[in-house]
Amino acid sequence: MKVLVAVKRVIDANVKVRVKADGTGVETANVKMAMNPFCEIAVEEAVRMKEAGTATEVVAVACGPASSQETIRTALAMGADRGIHVQTDVELQPLAVAKLLKAVIEKEQPRIVILGKQAIDDDSNQTGQMLAGLLGWPQGTFASKLTIEGDKLRVKREVDGGLETEIVNLPTIVTTDLRLNEPRYASLPNIMKAKKKPIEALTPDALGVDPSPRLKVLKVVEPAKRKSGAKVKSVAELVDKLRNEAKVI
Amino acid sequence: MTILVLAEHHDGAVRDGSLHAITAAQKIGGDIHVLIAGQNAKAAADAAAKIAGVGKVLLADDAVYAAMLAENVAKLIVGLAPNYSHLLATATSVGKNIMPRVAALLDVAQVSEIISVESPDTFVRPIYAGNALATVQATDKIKVITVRATGFDAAPASGGSAAVETVASAGDAGLSTFVGSELSKSERPELTSARVIVSGGRGMQSGDNFKLLEALADKLNAAVGASRAAVDAGYVPNDYQVGQTGKIVAPELYIAVGISGAIQHLAGMKDSKVIVAINKDEDAPIFQVADYGLVADLFTAVPELTAELSK
Repeated sequence: MKVLVAVKRVIDANVKVRVKADGTGVETANVKMAMNPFCEIAVEEAVRMKEAGTATEVVAVACGPASSQETIRTALAMGADRGIHVQTDVELQPLAVAKLLKAVIEKEQPRIVILGKQAIDDDSNQTGQMLAGLLGWPQGTFASKLTIEGDKLRVKREVDGGLETEIVNLPTIVTTDLRLNEPRYASLPNIMKAKKKPIEALTPDALGVDPSPRLKVLKVVEPAKRKSGAKVKSVAELVDKLRNEAKVI
Repeated sequence: MTILVLAEHHDGAVRDGSLHAITAAQKIGGDIHVLIAGQNAKAAADAAAKIAGVGKVLLADDAVYAAMLAENVAKLIVGLAPNYSHLLATATSVGKNIMPRVAALLDVAQVSEIISVESPDTFVRPIYAGNALATVQATDKIKVITVRATGFDAAPASGGSAAVETVASAGDAGLSTFVGSELSKSERPELTSARVIVSGGRGMQSGDNFKLLEALADKLNAAVGASRAAVDAGYVPNDYQVGQTGKIVAPELYIAVGISGAIQHLAGMKDSKVIVAINKDEDAPIFQVADYGLVADLFTAVPELTAELSK
């Protein structure tokens, strides 16, 4: 079966972001970018399905500016077969991405679509669920284990109290949690090979989707800084401070 | 304006997290209706009717809602949506699973994890693991919102006297089946609502060593949490995880033991009232947010702290 993976280019997870002085967003110029960590897990899972013989083809899709192609190349280097780039410079919000992906899915007809559970920049945690809703497909969100059982998929999910298991019909949408797998590093030969793999270019217009944002971002500010605290010298001093100064115990 | 709040319930009671979403609804203003979906959920609906500020409780009692599968619950909410200006849920694993599906089916955007209400259409939410706060305005007719519980106080669970109205089930979407759950059992307070939390990180070195934290937690009637490093190393189950990808907590006292303080962890706990860090590395970033820092080996400091609290 064909598996489609959606990947997003975000500021690298280890970068301390800086809010722009004019309050319009965070600084992205000259900042290290990388594939969203949850998307890496999605690619890894799809590639493992191919290695196990359950997936026949893995297609990586990214929506966004020209630089998103680098992220698709990373997915190709990890083992995806080909890429699709929906190019637009419009600020993309989850509903728009879900609509773009829906249009791509209708063309490609995959049986399983894997996304990360959230992007570490907007922290929305919406796109997979929205996509499932738009397609009328089931959703296996926050997945920590996937098992294909005939024409169904068994999904172990990370929920607040522990774990939950659901069986969903195929075709389906899956979103990955951190513990689904450990993504591989792309080797140099595979990075070289990825340069020869095809990336199809599409536009929102060609897909018949209006990607304009529905949420207006009025301003972005830095959160209030915590007052720097004090180091204590001993456990006794710590307990004394907690009891008599902070009064929390 | 009428606001529908999807409440979560368990054993005939409304879950604490949902009480915070009701407070957020009050800040938006207007009539507040609470939806209880479940199987044999009459007792939960009666409990919801007593919550202060609730105008009406809608009860959808059907076996298809027993496991709160997104496919079925979203179908129910979408059917009710035309009567409402706002649809709210708490940003728990249940709310996060269901609400974006609802939003897509209504062709509206969702505003995730709001921490403040500026006006009926404008909200503040953290982005980049809490390193920036975005003020966003929702332009759609129906606003679909998830609420970060720690951003709002809990509505009082008593004092209200709302009517309970039964609504028809929307039936089974026929897309998914619930198999079962493996829930962590704990005698301690629930992590997201605990007044005190003791959390351990990679510095704990093993799952067995978490007993040290449990002994301390018992003294403080605290919940036990963990960093991602401790969960990934298998010391504790994943639902202990505090951080950007785990639970968001804001207790009165958060004691971070053997946790370095990566930005992803800070995202989950930096709104705690008082933060204590115990770490032998005096340059650990956790000390930059800690109100009280103790540079010490946790294996001596934690038992000493437990003993000191017994005095």
